[in-house]
Amino acid sequence: MGIVSPGFFGRRRSDDPALPPGQYRTEDFPVLSAGPTPRISPDEWEFTITTETGQVHRWSWTEFLALKQDDVSTDIHCVTSWSKLGTSWRGVSLDTLFESVESECEFTMAHSYGGYTTNVPLDDLLGGKAWIAHQFDGETLEPAHGGPARLLVPHLYFWKSAKWVRGLELLRQDEPGFWESNGYHMYGDPWREERYW
Amino acid sequence: MTDSADLDYLDGNAAAGPLSEFFAVDVVSARGRCAHCGRTAALATARLYPSSHGLLLRCPGCTEILLRLVDSGDSVCLDLHGLSFVELHRDEGGSQPNPQPPA
Repeated sequence: MGIVSPGFFGRRRSDDPALPPGQYRTEDFPVLSAGPTPRISPDEWEFTITTETGQVHRWSWTEFLALKQDDVSTDIHCVTSWSKLGTSWRGVSLDTLFESVESECEFTMAHSYGGYTTNVPLDDLLGGKAWIAHQFDGETLEPAHGGPARLLVPHLYFWKSAKWVRGLELLRQDEPGFWESNGYHMYGDPWREERYW
Repeated sequence: MTDSADLDYLDGNAAAGPLSEFFAVDVVSARGRCAHCGRTAALATARLYPSSHGLLLRCPGCTEILLRLVDSGDSVCLDLHGLSFVELHRDEGGSQPNPQPPA
């Protein structure tokens, strides 16, 4: 593959009610690389939720796959203006993962293999709004798209859906993640065009 | 899809244009020290990942981020926390040693 990811062949669909303002529809799935793609084998993969008391809830790949699995059909919206409608994912709801977690925090920081971080309010991860996804279109999620598993928070701009996710840290106060500390919006609602500070 | 054999970055020379908005000189010819591993080399030798979210220069030694640039249209935000210093020689090209002090 060349230096430029394929797939930016969208056309303007500003009259499409499924598209948030300023978005274009694409049928492809562009890859935006902020760095080298981490290669994490299932044997070494784990997912953790760390509370404000330091308690760590931990799932191995096998334990993660044994949890209740959801099939999700949803639209995704990238802050760089492409949207992809009707995407299909399979993964574990954050509601399932948080069943055994006790916390008074309202904010989280997602941490990824490779060092990427992004902040998401806890309310936006619960209530059937977010998943840890490990399949896309019926296939194993490829490393370029965040495999083995990525966060999926489709009602926010897609930079919040952290690729290669390895854990969530519960925070008492909101803190900026990787892009939020350098100009991107703390929340990122595509319907309100919350792209930048 | 990208695989490990593919080149998914450019060299730092490709950052010269976007950075020219901040610097009066061609700053990619300056030497920068990675705040993480200490590697010191011309910024032109760094790896530029052309993520559409912003411009990222990464250290070719440890792959940590040296510099981030985000253009939001109304403003441009430059984060240099990954560089512990930048050294620019005044001679043309920026790659020659300092001149000897006068005798």
